[in-house]
Amino acid sequence: MTTMKTSSRWSGIGFQALAVLLALAFTTIVMLISGADPLQVYQNILTGAVGSPVKIADILVAWTPLLLATAGLLLTFTAGLWNIGIEGQITLGAIFTTWALRVLQPTDLPPALIITIGFIAGALGGMFWAGLVALLKIFGNVNEIFGGLGLNFVATALTIWLIFGPWKRPGVGSMSGTEPFPLELWLPTLQGFRLSPLSLAMGIIAIVIVYILLRGTYFGLRLKAVGRNGRAAFLMGIPTTRYMLMAFLLCGLMAGLAGATQVLAVYHRLIPSISSGYGFLGMMVAMLVNYQALWAAPVALFFAALNIGSIQLPIVLKLDSSLSGVLQGSLVLFVLLMDGVRRRLTRS
Amino acid sequence: MKVELIHIHKHFGAVHANNDINLTVESGKIQGILGENGAGKSTLMKILSGYIQADSGEIRLDGTPVKINSPSDAIRLGIGMLHQDPLDFPPMRVVDNLLIGHDGGLFPNRGEVVRAFSELQSRFGFNIDPYAYVDTLTVGERQQLEILRLLWLGARVLILDEPTTGISASQKEKLFETLRKLAAQGMSVIFVSHKLEDVEFLCDRIAVFRKGELVGQVDPPYVTDELVQMMFGRAISLEEKQRYETCDVSFHLDHVTIEDYRLQIRDINLTISCGEVIGLAGMEGSGQVQFLRTCAGLIRPVAGEINLGGRRLTGKPYRAFLEAGIAYVPASRLEEGLIPGLSLTEHFILAEEQNGFFINFDKALATTRQRIEDFNIKGTPVSTVESLSGGNQQRALLAMLRQPVNLLLLEHPTRGLDIESAIWIWGKLKERCKQGTSIIFTSADLEEILQYSDRILVFYGGKVSPPLDAESTTVEQLGQLIGGKGF
Repeated sequence: MTTMKTSSRWSGIGFQALAVLLALAFTTIVMLISGADPLQVYQNILTGAVGSPVKIADILVAWTPLLLATAGLLLTFTAGLWNIGIEGQITLGAIFTTWALRVLQPTDLPPALIITIGFIAGALGGMFWAGLVALLKIFGNVNEIFGGLGLNFVATALTIWLIFGPWKRPGVGSMSGTEPFPLELWLPTLQGFRLSPLSLAMGIIAIVIVYILLRGTYFGLRLKAVGRNGRAAFLMGIPTTRYMLMAFLLCGLMAGLAGATQVLAVYHRLIPSISSGYGFLGMMVAMLVNYQALWAAPVALFFAALNIGSIQLPIVLKLDSSLSGVLQGSLVLFVLLMDGVRRRLTRS
Repeated sequence: MKVELIHIHKHFGAVHANNDINLTVESGKIQGILGENGAGKSTLMKILSGYIQADSGEIRLDGTPVKINSPSDAIRLGIGMLHQDPLDFPPMRVVDNLLIGHDGGLFPNRGEVVRAFSELQSRFGFNIDPYAYVDTLTVGERQQLEILRLLWLGARVLILDEPTTGISASQKEKLFETLRKLAAQGMSVIFVSHKLEDVEFLCDRIAVFRKGELVGQVDPPYVTDELVQMMFGRAISLEEKQRYETCDVSFHLDHVTIEDYRLQIRDINLTISCGEVIGLAGMEGSGQVQFLRTCAGLIRPVAGEINLGGRRLTGKPYRAFLEAGIAYVPASRLEEGLIPGLSLTEHFILAEEQNGFFINFDKALATTRQRIEDFNIKGTPVSTVESLSGGNQQRALLAMLRQPVNLLLLEHPTRGLDIESAIWIWGKLKERCKQGTSIIFTSADLEEILQYSDRILVFYGGKVSPPLDAESTTVEQLGQLIGGKGF
């Protein structure tokens, strides 16, 4: 905020710091209740996240879809839309990518082309699912939250049906997913790591594009106008429904790419929970950074680190790895809460 | 119950909405409150019913001073307010609407409520099915429901704000009959209206408000001219007007009929010449806004033709109207006109034609500086619009209008502004008229309408007067028409 006074900016930072402390305290209490030694847990998360080059690379692997999802969500949030359906959009992206690969696998097209088509198909899948939410909202008067939620369930059901039905592994279908693709259809990774520079670049490009769109273009400004006051934007002559539709489609595109990445670079097959919750995590990142694209990348990186860091908790400390979720969730809650408290205190 | 309002003051920013009001309503009487929009009558009623608090002054009920901090305080003390728009819950049943707002524990006793409701109904000859859904009721029935609800909650003072808008003649008769019965039972009734006819017919006494002050009280028999004079003040001298003759881009309305859920405006015929200013007079909610929005392309008329300079606009979307050079400036600046959170610069960028994909911020900043200077806006390019004062928001809105505009539609262009700003804004508008822009505007201020219009349309309950020549019309004539006399 350019108009914010320096004093209120400092108090804002103070409240944010307090929010982080409260979130840590809350998570610590949760650990104590479950009988774990908090210091040990934090230390484990830390070594689990940055203890080795492989682990650091893993953070970047998790960062990629999270960045894509967050970038897309920044657009829909700017347009004043709650795209809860992003999980389904990621899933559809993964399904479309898998589909394209299954169709093209027997042909003798070069693998690079098949992978490219896989990405395009994923993007289309995400856009298709997001477009449905948009059409339901614009023409059917269905709130995007309900439409998205419903379509999330449909997407999950579709995945399960595909895995146990038409796309099941030779012999018997299982929760471990479809038959893995041959090695040449894997997105190339760095030697000895799971990290694919190509998909990482895609994530970074996505957030940069969104940053530029929202900061310096007519499109971004109009999107902001639609989100903040749709009625006034309409009266100014901005085609509000078209902008909402575009926000959905762009978000769907990025979500679809995230799904494609999950298939092409991470799992190499379709698995039941292919979205890995990155859509919802992306929502938390967007809320945490107050919908500012500039801060989305570092915060998403931090969240990815927490996810990776907590993976070894079950093995080492017999704790569930969802503990990182507790920290992430409470962080968002406390930041929003402190923001509310600050407003309340400074309102008079 | 006797109600005394003593030395009530209320300020809204610079506006003195209630200036030392002293009013006593005896029990068993129907007190009329008359005044034009913004005269302060609603403010006073909101103070009495706890929606807002007075800056100073005292309220006494039956001689006891009371503090009313919320609507629920008011109803506990026996003051019930019936709003112009029914405050009910349309998708719910009548009986559930009664239960809401009633302290009845966790499990309300529906049976008992229905019995009490039926008893009240029979007392007043109402006939509402307690199990009907509220959205199936007419406006009049919803009003009856609201009255019954307030009585059931123990109201002994009943405030009615413009209750005869949107109900049928027979329902009005029944309403008046009910109010008389209530008064006969010792209740105090406060009847707020701008309809001279209704007030004269019903009230035992009329208090007239003007510009935040209680101008005086009148007892029957009433003289209409005297009431009009009190409502609008004395006649004012008008400045010399220039005439602008016809041109090739004049705006035509041909047998246009507009409908919405409340009123129907039939068969409007009007031709506006270039540079002409048409003022729409009438109490708020009489159809002026619907008329303006029809001209803007926001409401589609159910019949008739609209065209501008021979170009047919009937049934076209809002954007086609915009492209034809018709601009609409809504009254609620922050709700419909401007975008809170965005800066002045961002607003001017939005209002401009798009030029390329990326915004040239240097150029935008330069234009914004220029506009701020031209339109005398007190603010900086990075000021968010909600940080501006009302007058400056209005200036910003006008500064955002594209050039050239053929027809400018303004809702209350100077509402809430100080006189200086109002004069300044009209100066800017008249400049546009000289360039050929026609203006249609609504205003609650008769002096403004008489001063700046060439012709005037008066609206009353969905009826439209033929265009009156502003020069040969007096405040009294206008006042009578606004009050519904002469239609």
